[in-house]
Amino acid sequence: MSHISPVLWQFLVKWLTNFALFPPEASKIAPQMDALYFFMVLVSLVGLTIVVLLIVGFSILYSKKRHPEAVQIEGSTLLEATWTIIPLGLFLIMFVWGALLYFRIYTPPANAMNIYVVGKQWMWKAEHPGGQHEIDSLHVPTGQPVQLTLISQDVFHSFSIPAFRVKREAIPGRYSSVWFEATTPGTYHLFCTQYCGTNHSQMIGEVVVMTPDDFRKWLQGSTSGHSLAQDGERLFASLSCNACHNPRPDARGPNLVGVYGSRLTLSTGQTVTVDDAYLRQAILNPSQNITQGYAPIMPTYQGQISEEGVFALVEYLKNLQSDYRIQQTLNTTVLPANSEGNAAGQAPAAQKAGGQGEVQQ
Amino acid sequence: MSDSTATANGVETEVHHEHPSYQRHHFETVAQQFDATNFAMWLFLLTEIMFFGGLFTAYLILRNWYYPAFVEGSHQLSIFWGTANTTVLIISSFTMAMSVWNAQMRRKGGLLLCLVLTFILGLVFLGIKGIEWHEKWVKYHVPGLHYSDQSFRNPASDPEVYAEYHDKSLAPDMASKVEQYFFLYFAMTGMHALHMVIGIAILGFMIVRAKTGAYTSGHYTFVENFGLYWHFVDIIWIFLFPLLYLISRHQ
Amino acid sequence: MSAATIVSLPDQATARIPKMNFLSKENGLLSWLLTGDHKRIATLYLISITFFFFIGGALAGLIRLELLTPQSDLMAADTYNKVFSMHGLIMVFFFLVPSVPATIGNFVIPMMVGAKDLALPKINLLSWYLYIVAGGMMLYTMATGGVDTGWTFTTPLSTHYLNTNVISAGLAVFVAGFSSIFTGLNFIVTIHKMRCPGMTWFRLPLFVWSNYAASILMVLGTPVLAITLVLIVLERAVHIGVFDPAMGGDPLLFQHLFWFYSHPAVYIMILPGMGVISEVVSTFSRKRVFGYTAVAFSSVAIAVFGFFVWAHHMFIMGISNYAALVFSLLTMLVAVPSAIKIFNWAFTLYNGSITFETPMLYAFGFMGLFTIGGMTGVFLGATGTDIHLTETYFIVAHFHFVMVGGMLMAFLSGIHFWWPKWTGRMYPEKISQLAALITFIGFNFTFFPQFILGTLGMPRRYAAYPPEFQVLNVFSSAGATILGVGYLLPILYLTWSLKYGEIAGENPWQATGLEWQTQSPPLTENFPEIPIMDHEAYDYEWLERQQRKEVASV
Repeated sequence: MSHISPVLWQFLVKWLTNFALFPPEASKIAPQMDALYFFMVLVSLVGLTIVVLLIVGFSILYSKKRHPEAVQIEGSTLLEATWTIIPLGLFLIMFVWGALLYFRIYTPPANAMNIYVVGKQWMWKAEHPGGQHEIDSLHVPTGQPVQLTLISQDVFHSFSIPAFRVKREAIPGRYSSVWFEATTPGTYHLFCTQYCGTNHSQMIGEVVVMTPDDFRKWLQGSTSGHSLAQDGERLFASLSCNACHNPRPDARGPNLVGVYGSRLTLSTGQTVTVDDAYLRQAILNPSQNITQGYAPIMPTYQGQISEEGVFALVEYLKNLQSDYRIQQTLNTTVLPANSEGNAAGQAPAAQKAGGQGEVQQ
Repeated sequence: MSDSTATANGVETEVHHEHPSYQRHHFETVAQQFDATNFAMWLFLLTEIMFFGGLFTAYLILRNWYYPAFVEGSHQLSIFWGTANTTVLIISSFTMAMSVWNAQMRRKGGLLLCLVLTFILGLVFLGIKGIEWHEKWVKYHVPGLHYSDQSFRNPASDPEVYAEYHDKSLAPDMASKVEQYFFLYFAMTGMHALHMVIGIAILGFMIVRAKTGAYTSGHYTFVENFGLYWHFVDIIWIFLFPLLYLISRHQ
Repeated sequence: MSAATIVSLPDQATARIPKMNFLSKENGLLSWLLTGDHKRIATLYLISITFFFFIGGALAGLIRLELLTPQSDLMAADTYNKVFSMHGLIMVFFFLVPSVPATIGNFVIPMMVGAKDLALPKINLLSWYLYIVAGGMMLYTMATGGVDTGWTFTTPLSTHYLNTNVISAGLAVFVAGFSSIFTGLNFIVTIHKMRCPGMTWFRLPLFVWSNYAASILMVLGTPVLAITLVLIVLERAVHIGVFDPAMGGDPLLFQHLFWFYSHPAVYIMILPGMGVISEVVSTFSRKRVFGYTAVAFSSVAIAVFGFFVWAHHMFIMGISNYAALVFSLLTMLVAVPSAIKIFNWAFTLYNGSITFETPMLYAFGFMGLFTIGGMTGVFLGATGTDIHLTETYFIVAHFHFVMVGGMLMAFLSGIHFWWPKWTGRMYPEKISQLAALITFIGFNFTFFPQFILGTLGMPRRYAAYPPEFQVLNVFSSAGATILGVGYLLPILYLTWSLKYGEIAGENPWQATGLEWQTQSPPLTENFPEIPIMDHEAYDYEWLERQQRKEVASV
């Protein structure tokens, strides 16, 4: 190969060594997905081989040279039934197998650790419950189910980690979720796979999988000083949510202690289970989500809280097991006379609470 | 389908037989021509159903989500004008049906009269629609362009409607959804009005042709097919009227 | 080779193109622009879709050039986005959807059913004008800065976030949609009402059946796309709308409405191609299509099931898990009729007397590539694997195997097959066989690596990508060059053949369809007198008897 110029040679070597054919398997679901994938590849290869063999075989056997007179055949019900039923059976196996995987990937286990992810043009922002923020990267431990709660702030995005074989759209205006359990430490690709505008191909990042020990160290090293729930608590106070949502007997809104996970009856007569999605709706579109027995007086916070802020509030409410601190803030905060809950009117209160209230426009 | 084959069978031996001037050269018989164009019209109406179907789907979903907003939105529509327009359209359907009958009976005078009446009624419909749209403009109820949700945040600011319905004021988040109602209102009535405009234009063309006696010499296919279109546009309105004006006005 | 061909041409020394035919009947531009003749309109369509195919193809070339290197160096990201959007829009709405139906279908369906013309010639012409207006609007969109929504117009990106020519692109597709509706409507009416005496439904050639099924999809699906585009345009114009989540609208509603058309659209594109394959495979193996009824009904089955699978484009988009289950099951069901067709074609060869002219080579290519395209569709239809593979190059490869490997192969097969009928002259056989081979090789080089890229997770619509994907991308781009040559060759030799091709005579392929029992190119009225169908479709024995009779009478 001496006649190939050294530069080109070097280039070829570099090129061919940095070359992938199959993605790494780095999550618990990946081998299961690949099993189905290879089953399908096998079926396809067998199917393709049969078709090619039939075409080539018949072409040789019945070419005009060898077989100058065609013999007319009407068809064969038996044969046709065969190639209807066998593919149908195979497809149904794939359907059931695929559906099992699908339900597994989109049904998070109860003990999963939750990480909140906001997609926006053109970056991914991850919020850990401990208050660690990440942009275009995601640190997760091995051996621990991790649930991602996703939302988009603008257009459709899609959160894809090929090495984990999971992917989920981040939808504007509603939560979606996906979970995985990483198995192999390493750094893997994170892509936005839903076309989202000019810099779609820049909306990439990395997923760093660490051993639980390393992960704990990383968590400690990257903490922002207060947890997501603490952020939420500050926001709760600065927006004066506690003016109505408090444990006083004359409170104008329902007490939110332990509300997460409970079943509520709404003023429309519907019953709902309080989950992340419901809480988000109740904050942004309160009038459709009034608890039975309360007046529809809550203002909307649409456009006043960023998606990260909503996440903080949700995380706060999730962990709200006692109303002691709400009482405390109520006693120390001077509420304005007219506590309609207008966020703008609450700015002084927010300052007083000393919070970096995440009030965003 | 089988009958057309049969008719074609009947004439296979007389291909070059003289046929009426209105028979297009590629048809074997007048009956086949009528059958084919009539069938085509029905198919076209099927596509129209799918076309409006998209709008109705959007309406159903959003109505389900924002029921109070849709109720208060519908209070802004005038039942009087809506009913008047429905009556106008139903009468125009009658005059259209009479046009077809007159064409079949080869009555040129009657055909002209009925076509002109249909034409006028069509214009009246659009005129009334215009009045209604204008009212929306005046009241800042044209979504996106000229809009305010004052009437829904504070219904008392709109005394006429308030006197009749005593609407409660909607929470701001729900009040903002009334804009969706008006968007659908304009999209649906606008698409319907566009169909009316096209229909009226064709009516004008037909009136000119009818004067020359084109439809009263036994070849009334065009009138009949246009009649199908006109009735279809009427039926769309018959669905729009209750959906936008009538249902759940009183909670 | 003489023994291995069925081509039977008239004596070239004495043969002449018939003086009276649809091409020579009238002259002058106006006689074309105001024609009602389905064959002339088909010709107009052929020229215009070829034009758009080469524009779309050039854009594809630019995409492959950009993807030679991992960085977005040839074009900036926004330019790249415009290029792939325009490529998709032009190829889908201005080439694939009208390709076989509006050209080949327009040309042969009236002849196949034994009619003088389509039922509504003026509507047919209107349909072409709508196509041209839409095409003009699309070119305008391109000339004034293009559009970068992708061909899918995803909201709220298209309605609120991009500032390119979304409105004119949307209206162009809207108008093109009506062109397609009118073509489909015309076919349905013609097939129902214009069949010649004796032409029962089960004597119709399978090409007619598959176009009938596709027409149903066009007529019922396209209006939904039309209204969706109207809503997009309105939403963009007045900044409020039912698809905008910020205003309380539902972006998933857009996905439902869009895919309600756009999944059936895939069958609109492929079904007529399948019809071509049925004709070609039968003719070149001298046999009736194996299981005619099964093939006919499988077309209808695809059309019916095709309407109820649209949400498989939304498995990862937050539809409920149970909805995903139902749509996945239906997707599996729609895969079965395609499998039936493949095996029926393969068994048509059994006990035949096969020759390998160009249309047959393209048909073989179709069968192989469509098998791969169809099977990989099942990967995406199964909910579990869809999660990993969707929105990656796997899906790009999948639909290019179906659309380019399937549909385009079928289109080229059909063009070569009916070329002698259309022009009265043969194309040059050897070079066209070579072109078919080049196309097949180039195609596999271009798109097979993309399956691997997709499995690796490379997202679609990326102007830049991680460096370890480069090798496969270079393969793909290299293949695209070969593929380009494969597509340029037919243009050259088919044009050449217009003047220098051998005179084809009535029935060079010894085929049985009614269109072959009349002169080439046909008369404006297609037949000197309306034929009477007194035999089954693909009855080669009838053809032989007929020819013996002719010889005897001479």
